[in-house]
Amino acid sequence: MDILWDPFVQSAFMQRALVAAILVAIATGVVGTLMVLRGMAFLGDALAHGVLPGIAVALIIGLPSVLGALAGAAAMMGGVAVVTRRTRLSSDVAIGLLFVGMLSLGVVIISRSSDFAGSLTDILFGEVLGVSWTAIAWQAGVAVLVVGLAWLLRRPFLLMAMDPDQARVAGYRVGLLEAVMLGMIALTVVASFVVVGALLVFGMLLAPAGAAALLTRRLGTMMALAAAIGMLSAYIGLLLSWYLDLAAGATVVLTAVAIFFVVAVLQSLVPARRPHPEHA
Amino acid sequence: MTPAVECRDLAVGYDGHAVVGGIDLSLAPGRWLAVIGTNGSGKSTLLRTIAGLIPPVAGTLQVQGRDPGARGVGVSYLSQSHEQGFLLPIRARDVVRMGRWPARGLTGRLRADDDSLVDDAMDAMGIRELADMPLGTLSGGQCQRVHLAQAVCRDAGLLLLDEPTAGLDAASRERYLSLMDAQRARGAAIVTATHDVREARRADLVLIVAERVVACGPPDEALTPASLADAFGVVIEDGGATVIDPHHGHEHHHGPGAPHVHGHAPGHDHGPGGHDHPHGH
Repeated sequence: MDILWDPFVQSAFMQRALVAAILVAIATGVVGTLMVLRGMAFLGDALAHGVLPGIAVALIIGLPSVLGALAGAAAMMGGVAVVTRRTRLSSDVAIGLLFVGMLSLGVVIISRSSDFAGSLTDILFGEVLGVSWTAIAWQAGVAVLVVGLAWLLRRPFLLMAMDPDQARVAGYRVGLLEAVMLGMIALTVVASFVVVGALLVFGMLLAPAGAAALLTRRLGTMMALAAAIGMLSAYIGLLLSWYLDLAAGATVVLTAVAIFFVVAVLQSLVPARRPHPEHA
Repeated sequence: MTPAVECRDLAVGYDGHAVVGGIDLSLAPGRWLAVIGTNGSGKSTLLRTIAGLIPPVAGTLQVQGRDPGARGVGVSYLSQSHEQGFLLPIRARDVVRMGRWPARGLTGRLRADDDSLVDDAMDAMGIRELADMPLGTLSGGQCQRVHLAQAVCRDAGLLLLDEPTAGLDAASRERYLSLMDAQRARGAAIVTATHDVREARRADLVLIVAERVVACGPPDEALTPASLADAFGVVIEDGGATVIDPHHGHEHHHGPGAPHVHGHAPGHDHGPGGHDHPHGH
């Protein structure tokens, strides 16, 4: 059984990688659940890619990449809000435009600098094996914050996912709550890209939450299951990357996606629930 | 006593464009207003305005003595369409229990009296046996009964129900009508948007709209063949339907039996200001 633990006992960087990936799994499990229920997957994808120019600019001027990613996320969300409010276009058009616009801007900025060759791979696919304790502390803070907010606001979040008008009439401040939810997504994306990269963080947001949605009927359980599936993916993915010499971040995300498909196939084999009397 | 809903020369619509205007009425607690009209006549827009979801285009509107949508206003709203295919297979009972969440804040546990209200609402709509069924496995009518129970167990002073009988079978309609009687008896005011003339006859006050106010008053006064013909162009009688051409007053009888033709003189106007607007007492 040592084969299952040796990499994390012998190697300090693997210990840090596991801790970081577990924290990412917690934050993305909780936030991914909200995204999936609210039908905001496209926004999450766009946000994950939209941080690229912010990170590039931060690296050029010597600021921490996390600050650049935060600025990129804020610009992305602000742009979506402006396009949606000032035009008759739906939000998916606004998100799509900002998505490709920000991604293109990031590539243009990177193409102007010869110093990015190594960094670009790290930005897009993460550097989980090189994660520092400082980055882990930042990820821990974000995980605590999003878990706390999700617990506190679980009722209005669920009502908003089912019927935003109902939530508004019930007295919840839907506009403010939507802004909080977007902020949670942005923070999670920014805290996670160091581990799994800007391109792959979307997989951690979607795959564990999607698998959890197939297994439970309660919001809290779905969040906990998504986080657990993400943690399992992190452990299996890092283990595989250690023994098979695979890219660590990508293997973690690939494992999460594989678990989703295993759950989906197994669930399709389980007999359907009892039909309601009118359908019987 | 503060009216549950009071409006003067109210116009409702979207982006500053009125869908229906000139609405004057006052609805006291414990009274039921049925808003009746064709598709697109402004019924749902009026309910959404009272709920505080969209601002009035013109005129004044007070809900329980406050601006619509103000904090502390006790309103329960049943929208026309519901999330039936929600991703989580959430149980019918849990959907009904959501009606009690606003009373318990963000994190407060539901108490025994909350569960009593939930049970009573589910019994009233006959959905106890569906309690553990996931919402997505219910039929449209069953789902509607679940959402009606949720709206009622909110225990609000004003119920805004948009097409509450949509998809309900005959037995469920009777349950619904009994439930409305019980709500009035406890002092709740009710505003429903409906196409159903029979349902509207059970109300205390009827407002007929057709992109304008056609009639407003007690059912016996408002639901006349002439006003129905004015609003719908069709008056349904036992045994058949009579279509009134709104421009020429021509009658086209459909269905068996002797026609009961109810028309109106072309140009006859029940428009804004041209009707009584009793104050629902």
